Amino acid sequence: MTSTPRNEPLLRATNLCVEFETRDGTAQVLDEVSLELNAGETLGIVGESGCGKSMTALSIMRLIPSPPGEITAGEVRLAGEDLLPLDERRMRDIRGKDISMIFQEPMTSLNPVFTVGEQIAESLRLHEGASEKDAAARTVEILKSVGIPEPDIRAKSYPHQLSGGMRQRVMIAIAIACGPKLIIADEPTTALDVTVQAQIFDLLRDLNQRLQTAIILITHDMGTIAEMTDRVTVMYAGRVVEEGPVESILEASRHPYTQGLIACVPQLDPNPSAERPPLEEIPGVVPALTRLGKGCAFAPRCKHAFARCDEERPERMSIGEGHSAACWLLAEGRDA
Amino acid sequence: MIEDTAARDLLLRIEDLKVHFGSKSWIPGKAGKIVHAVDGVSFEVERGKTFGIVGESGSGKTTTALATVRLAPITAGRVFLDDLEVSALKGEALRLARKRFQIVFQDPFSSLNPRVRAGEIVREPLDLMEIGTEAERNGLAQELFAQVGLRPEQRALFPHQFSGGQRQRIGLARAIATRPELVVCDEPVSALDVAIQAQILNLLRRLQEELGLTYLFISHDLGVVQYICDEIAVMYLGQIVEQADRVSLFVRPQHPYTKALLSAVPSARPGKRAANSSQRIRLEGDPPSPINLPKGCRFAGRCPLAQARCHETPPELRVIERGHKVACHLV
Repeated sequence: MTSTPRNEPLLRATNLCVEFETRDGTAQVLDEVSLELNAGETLGIVGESGCGKSMTALSIMRLIPSPPGEITAGEVRLAGEDLLPLDERRMRDIRGKDISMIFQEPMTSLNPVFTVGEQIAESLRLHEGASEKDAAARTVEILKSVGIPEPDIRAKSYPHQLSGGMRQRVMIAIAIACGPKLIIADEPTTALDVTVQAQIFDLLRDLNQRLQTAIILITHDMGTIAEMTDRVTVMYAGRVVEEGPVESILEASRHPYTQGLIACVPQLDPNPSAERPPLEEIPGVVPALTRLGKGCAFAPRCKHAFARCDEERPERMSIGEGHSAACWLLAEGRDA
Repeated sequence: MIEDTAARDLLLRIEDLKVHFGSKSWIPGKAGKIVHAVDGVSFEVERGKTFGIVGESGSGKTTTALATVRLAPITAGRVFLDDLEVSALKGEALRLARKRFQIVFQDPFSSLNPRVRAGEIVREPLDLMEIGTEAERNGLAQELFAQVGLRPEQRALFPHQFSGGQRQRIGLARAIATRPELVVCDEPVSALDVAIQAQILNLLRRLQEELGLTYLFISHDLGVVQYICDEIAVMYLGQIVEQADRVSLFVRPQHPYTKALLSAVPSARPGKRAANSSQRIRLEGDPPSPINLPKGCRFAGRCPLAQARCHETPPELRVIERGHKVACHLV
């Protein structure tokens, strides 16, 4: 990999479009998704299921199942290199070496018939041509660095012999084995208990600070976003509807969808009041991506929607330092 | 529980409930492995209130819920619904008593029969309990649909034609069909998207108000539990370690495990972010196995404050102030 040109972010996806052929017609799974990430930065992608969070991650990795899926337009540049035209061999070099991915369910993403040590060593041998002995020694080091006790013994364990938290640590060990520049973590703690989630977050934060590894964290939990990320991209129905620094998104979000996502979750309050007003609801469900109208996809669920929202699709408008949102209320000078 | 029991209208009483799963060893004379899923749990739920049980996976919260409605075998202890000893019922008497207690499951996909139309699913409890005439039951099912926010014509659809949130509404309609007094909710919103969770939580509260339901609410999500429950028990490895009303538990948590659990929840208030992260009580490792239990306090192995006696004698759950119970030597 060539060194990053000046002012070029580590990752830049521009107007990424992905379509899936389905029985009900063509689904526009991603619609002009753009995002940027600098080295050492943590970006959160948030939204409900079916909003395109995981699809964005898979497109960056070029892991969209094709057919039925296809990246129809856009560009993904990692340190200046455009990933989309690359052949599969070159792409395989990049996956696991420059970008790695951590999945939600560590049990199904680890191979049950190999020891965890073998699975970590595989990555070292493939990408760095390490000898078997060398790879085994480094595997133990890596397991130790992700906080696994007795790493030399654990390296010889099979995935089923480990707890959920340990398995997720092994997933992280595989992901960091070759020192990637970017880790994409897709709901890495959803299957884990909160106390174990806190351990995994500490580990990711440490990697991020110590090795300047950039992280894309996909989640539906605003608490996770607040805890872990520098910037946030909010997605709805395949589009980015709001983007900005974490403080702006959490405290001064301007898109009704983002506001709804924050308000609808009962937040743990260290000083709860006796009164319990009904929770804020986002009525309805995420629309089918095959039948999106010409207007704003969120309009049918939006309590602020007016005539223009059904007619035209809003583009993202800048509303402050690195903060933008796609909502007609902003163009009208009104506030959600 | 020397409190004013008489003054409170208790619907559900659980006394020293134990659920052990075990197998005989295939080696003669050798003791088999016994999983102590629920190991001596007692609590009471007031009529019309919501009692929450929180804990991590393996804490026994779901097994407690299942045993309460007799869907898990009770090894020891008693379950009372009003004056009815649910734990002693058998056969047809148990089946008929189920009219009074129902359950909503976590997974709205696997808990509905994919081959049965939604209307039939909701009508089935009425048929089985022989409530009303044939004709009335259809009308009742229609009312139930409206009550949970579904359209009457959707009765003709199959479960796969509904979204996750709508399926959970069907599950709720089925649970309240026989007009039960107690509804056990086993993680009813955990499988749903955040935006849908709020819809179901609001519905649960509305139904409670309209029908005077009593809920036993199981969840691992502390934010949800704080919002929906009146009283909350924290479970760890098959036992209650702390129990209090919804304000005291969060304002004055006493058990080190409760404190750790509360501090592990990420806060969406960015102001608290840095402070929260540095004040966090970090727990090492995983809970011990429910097969070979430690002889002292079950949390001692992970407890940052554990002393010698914690490893020796198990602490008892005792009242430290009105309505607040803790099982810890150090409190």
